Amino acid sequence: MKIDPIHQFNIEPLFTIGHIGNQTIAFTNSSLYMFLTVALISVLMLGSGRQLIPGRFQSMAEITYEFVASTIRSTAGAEGMRFFPLIFTLFMFICVSNLVGIIPYTFTVSSHIIVTAALALLVFFTVIVYGFYKNGLKFFKIFVPSGVPIYILPLVVFIEVFSFLLRPVSHSVRLFANMLAGHIALKVFAGFVAMLGVSLGAVGWIGGVMPLALTVALTALELLVAFLQAYVFAILTCIYLNDAIHPGH
Amino acid sequence: MAESHGETKAGAHTEADGGQHGGGFPPFDSSTFASQLVSLVIAFVALYIIVSRFALPRVGGVIEARQNVIEGDLAQAQKLKDESEAALKAYEAELAAARSRAQAIGNEAREKMNAAAEAERKSLEEKLAVRLGDAEKQIAATRTTAMSNVRGIAADAAAAIVQQLTGAAPDGKAVSKAVDASLKG
Repeated sequence: MKIDPIHQFNIEPLFTIGHIGNQTIAFTNSSLYMFLTVALISVLMLGSGRQLIPGRFQSMAEITYEFVASTIRSTAGAEGMRFFPLIFTLFMFICVSNLVGIIPYTFTVSSHIIVTAALALLVFFTVIVYGFYKNGLKFFKIFVPSGVPIYILPLVVFIEVFSFLLRPVSHSVRLFANMLAGHIALKVFAGFVAMLGVSLGAVGWIGGVMPLALTVALTALELLVAFLQAYVFAILTCIYLNDAIHPGH
Repeated sequence: MAESHGETKAGAHTEADGGQHGGGFPPFDSSTFASQLVSLVIAFVALYIIVSRFALPRVGGVIEARQNVIEGDLAQAQKLKDESEAALKAYEAELAAARSRAQAIGNEAREKMNAAAEAERKSLEEKLAVRLGDAEKQIAATRTTAMSNVRGIAADAAAAIVQQLTGAAPDGKAVSKAVDASLKG
């Protein structure tokens, strides 16, 4: 029996939507999970009650709302609230798709670099466009920290510009690599259970308890990582947007 | 171009079946990028519209409404508390007024009683003084009478003694003069 931990990341076209240039645009399993994520978030946020005293379901919707809102307020200030819909959409999309991806046999949308890169670039360009729109040329102040001696300023500015340009890379690769590595590890350890059973028979099945326990523990860890990476992505978005709102450190 | 996907899929399957996943690592397979990007854009824009137009105003509205209700209730509670405090103050003021009024009434009654008692005492004292005067007068009269009696008895006794000693009855005037002199002396 062969265990292929990479197989779970395969993109399977379900049907073809159309063509752009010479590229075929297909509705894939990834698309399915993206829309499933959108549907789940919509059900949570629109299907919850409007009671004065919320039930569990309504509480969940309100807690996510308050959680994202307080994250923005604490990192980007009250002015950051104009990006509330964007950050809420990013956080919920990543969080829900990550959580769905932990269910066995499902597909994890954010385990593909193209998806995380697209989201990170969206944030990157939002910061640049809003930064110049709101501050004009003063936006360049984010590259010039105050209180730095003039003779090392060129070096500092170079480092600042470089790190600014690297932001989308670290922003996207962090999420992508976490999801990818977590799911590979899960698959490998889960695969050990079956491999031991098939190759060693009864002894193997008993011995398989250990990797099974590890798989359970890893699943719990992955649940944490799924939420945490969505949170990290959202909070970094807030911090980057804070630069656009208040340039000059 | 639909076949290009088919080939990719077939290729991936072959690799998976063969257990060799060196070349076709799905996340880096650029032939799927366009499909994923299109789906992502559609899904993300749809979610953004749902979230910004419907979900956030809805949930935010519910939270705000609750906040308003809570603030309204708190304001109402504060108002009621103020009212009860005002009522308590009014009650205490009323109580203090009643207490001072009671004190005033008590004082008045006490003064009236004192005055009445004083008047009664005075009249009683006057009455007693009158009776005391009467009694003293009576005592003085009695004493005068008694003294005059004593003088008579003394004169008689002196006359009798003189007669016994001399054998001759003395002159009444001389005896009474001698008795008067000795009584005065």
